[in-house]
Amino acid sequence: MCSVGRQPDLARLAAALPPGRVRQTAADLSSFESDGLTAFRARPLAVVQPETADEVIATVRWCAEHRVPFVARGSGTSLSGGSLPVADGIVIALNRLKRIIEIDPVDRVAVVEPGVINLAVTQAAAPHGLHYAPDPSSQVICTIGGNVAFNSGGAHCLKYGMTANHVLGIKAVLATGEVVTFGGRSRDHVGPDFTGLFCGSEGLFGIALEITLNLLPKAETFHTVLAGYRSLEAAGDAVAAIIDSGLLPGALEIMDALAIEAAEAAVHCNYPPGAEAVLIVELEGPAERVAVEREQLTALLANTHAFETRVAQDAAERLNIWRGRKSAFSAVGRLSPDFIVQDGVVPRTRLGEALRRIAEMSAETGIRVANVFHAGDGNLHPLILYNGKEPGAHDRAEALAGRILRLCLDMGGSLTGEHGIGVEKKAYLPDMFDAPTIAAFHDVRHAFDPHEIANPGKMFPGGEAPALTHTGLHPLEASGQLSRE
Amino acid sequence: MNSVLEPTSIDDVVAAVRSTDRLLPVGARTKPRLGATAATLLSTRRLAGIVEYQPAEYTLTARAGTPLSEIAVALAAKGQYLPFDPPLAAAGATLGGTVAANLAGPGRFRYGGGRDFLIGIKLVDGTGQLLTGGGKVVKNAAGFDLPKLVVGSLGRLGVLTELTFKVFPRPPATLTRCLRCASHAEALARLAQLATSRFEADALEYTPADKALYVRLGGPAESNAALAAELGGESVDEAGFWPARADFAWAPADRALVKIPTSPRSGFALADALEDADAHTLQLSAGGATAYVATADPRALDRLLQTHDLSGLVLRGDTASLWLGTVPQRTIDAHLRKVFDPHARFPSLTAES
Repeated sequence: MCSVGRQPDLARLAAALPPGRVRQTAADLSSFESDGLTAFRARPLAVVQPETADEVIATVRWCAEHRVPFVARGSGTSLSGGSLPVADGIVIALNRLKRIIEIDPVDRVAVVEPGVINLAVTQAAAPHGLHYAPDPSSQVICTIGGNVAFNSGGAHCLKYGMTANHVLGIKAVLATGEVVTFGGRSRDHVGPDFTGLFCGSEGLFGIALEITLNLLPKAETFHTVLAGYRSLEAAGDAVAAIIDSGLLPGALEIMDALAIEAAEAAVHCNYPPGAEAVLIVELEGPAERVAVEREQLTALLANTHAFETRVAQDAAERLNIWRGRKSAFSAVGRLSPDFIVQDGVVPRTRLGEALRRIAEMSAETGIRVANVFHAGDGNLHPLILYNGKEPGAHDRAEALAGRILRLCLDMGGSLTGEHGIGVEKKAYLPDMFDAPTIAAFHDVRHAFDPHEIANPGKMFPGGEAPALTHTGLHPLEASGQLSRE
Repeated sequence: MNSVLEPTSIDDVVAAVRSTDRLLPVGARTKPRLGATAATLLSTRRLAGIVEYQPAEYTLTARAGTPLSEIAVALAAKGQYLPFDPPLAAAGATLGGTVAANLAGPGRFRYGGGRDFLIGIKLVDGTGQLLTGGGKVVKNAAGFDLPKLVVGSLGRLGVLTELTFKVFPRPPATLTRCLRCASHAEALARLAQLATSRFEADALEYTPADKALYVRLGGPAESNAALAAELGGESVDEAGFWPARADFAWAPADRALVKIPTSPRSGFALADALEDADAHTLQLSAGGATAYVATADPRALDRLLQTHDLSGLVLRGDTASLWLGTVPQRTIDAHLRKVFDPHARFPSLTAES
């Protein structure tokens, strides 16, 4: 870290880059003060907007030389505060590194720069019958660089895994300024899996400059079912029955009454009226296979307590079912001026118990909690509603969020399924990992970043807390372009 | 001969690590070249057994020395499996050895390899600390992904004592067709077309000597039959074909067996380069993700891999080096070695002869 009172010479950095790359005016900085975790903000010294990998490398080398902390940022959609600036550091905004360098349908890979939007990869791969599987709900805006840093998930993780499972190779500039290449175009590797380690490292090692992604064939057929239940427990039982059947759906999602209410108000998705929970199940694959599996699923759901079951008859109906689900988070913004979203994981068989406990905590504290979750992999998303203008409301909501996280750990789960630890959950890291393991994490970080200049203040407990402010919804969220998940 | 320790508990492993200068963990030694180094061997033979199997969670935790065959039996009883077809099960390979060597069979094609199913580990590092990486739930983004790091680490970062895997329901039926091609070029085109097609095959293997593509479909028997009719080709006796493939039955025992990560393009380029070379036998596995070469002339293969910028890991055979061709990332390896093994108790991964 730079020593107190010593300002780094930004003019020298600016001189090393083409004109206009380094921005320091208040207007330039204000939009970078916060990310998807809107309750926190910090103003960086400067924002650098490189346009090439060489400019990123030059910037990181300058940071390394002067021990100036840097935070890499894509679209700023992190829900764990992963791209929250450091007050005495710079933000390296990577949105202009948005080239899809290559799509190779024979090797079935995409080689992209970090600022490429997630959905753009699938769009570029589509003419070849391919797609990029990880699909966070923010996929229309979030970047691959951010997905790699936080090992982002989405609705298809049970079957297809997370971002790390689809990253084959990474060229990166480490915090030392050294440029390294891990992995390549193969789906196999020899030696320790550094590519896998880099994914989910939350920006603490350095910045990915070029990422080689695995592409999968686009499913020929989807069979999407929406089932309404009178209780969350009944929906949970249906999930258990599906898992027991040996089917492997591409997606298994549940929304509770409050989330449904919000989605109805926002996008009029017309889910079964009176449902306490809806379950979305999607089978996918070759038409012949799905035809057999859908019979199995239909028979199985008939034996659950669904009071209404709808099958999407065409692509439009399928999209409509998903529209309700994908809008849920931003829709909740209509119910409450502020909310915290957590993404703890519990063993799937304990989902019902976890939701019951969350409902009890909600009743006990008088804080409303909406639930939308990836039921197939036990990944909860409790949305904790509060009004940041009420004194103490944010703290009370955070305290409830903390209790939910501890509940997940007590059940043998995880602090985070896909958002990462970031700033938000760093205080809880020692509740999940023991001291020797956290010490090893520190040492691993130092192997890549000996001076702790890459995204400091994230993942590890301690360090200076950033300013906490009430800010309401993320602007993109308010306009419906971004959903938190 | 190396001396061999056989700890029966994690405490024993910790004690062994702390009291031994030069140490290498080994499983059933089915990839003997990986353990052929001057070191005391720490066998996981008595660190075996399934710790916890939760079919409804799709998770299984077992000690490192558990034989793959035992895992497969337990999973099959509940209609589940490890989708990456870990090889050498019949030879006695263990879970820990499979992960450390990063070996996966034909099933890697559909859902990925060990890195994609290993979700939690216990590892005793070179200082004798027990570390816990990952977790026991199928989705987890907390902390650095130590489970991925150890996949392929060859026991050089620490002793794996316990592993947790995500497992999947086994398809109700499989069916395999063999498609014969006129040339490698035609086979590559056919493989690329199949891999991007609606079929979503479970496995896609290529035997260059016969210019034969093997396509395994997994799913309900009736849909497999319908898809196979469209695929064409000849039917394949699965019981005869797949176990032999998984256990490298095609590789003569007197030749070195080398694993080479490839892409479809680089794998077929290697097939072209080895065409008519009697000293080498090649198989392309997992849709072109891995080339296995049985070679009578490792030095020639080393030179060839250098020119193709490919890395080869020698699984068995009396070669001078563990590596042929390009040696993977050294710098970070050295840094991380200082983290996990500051006293250099384990052999170096890349500097080793």
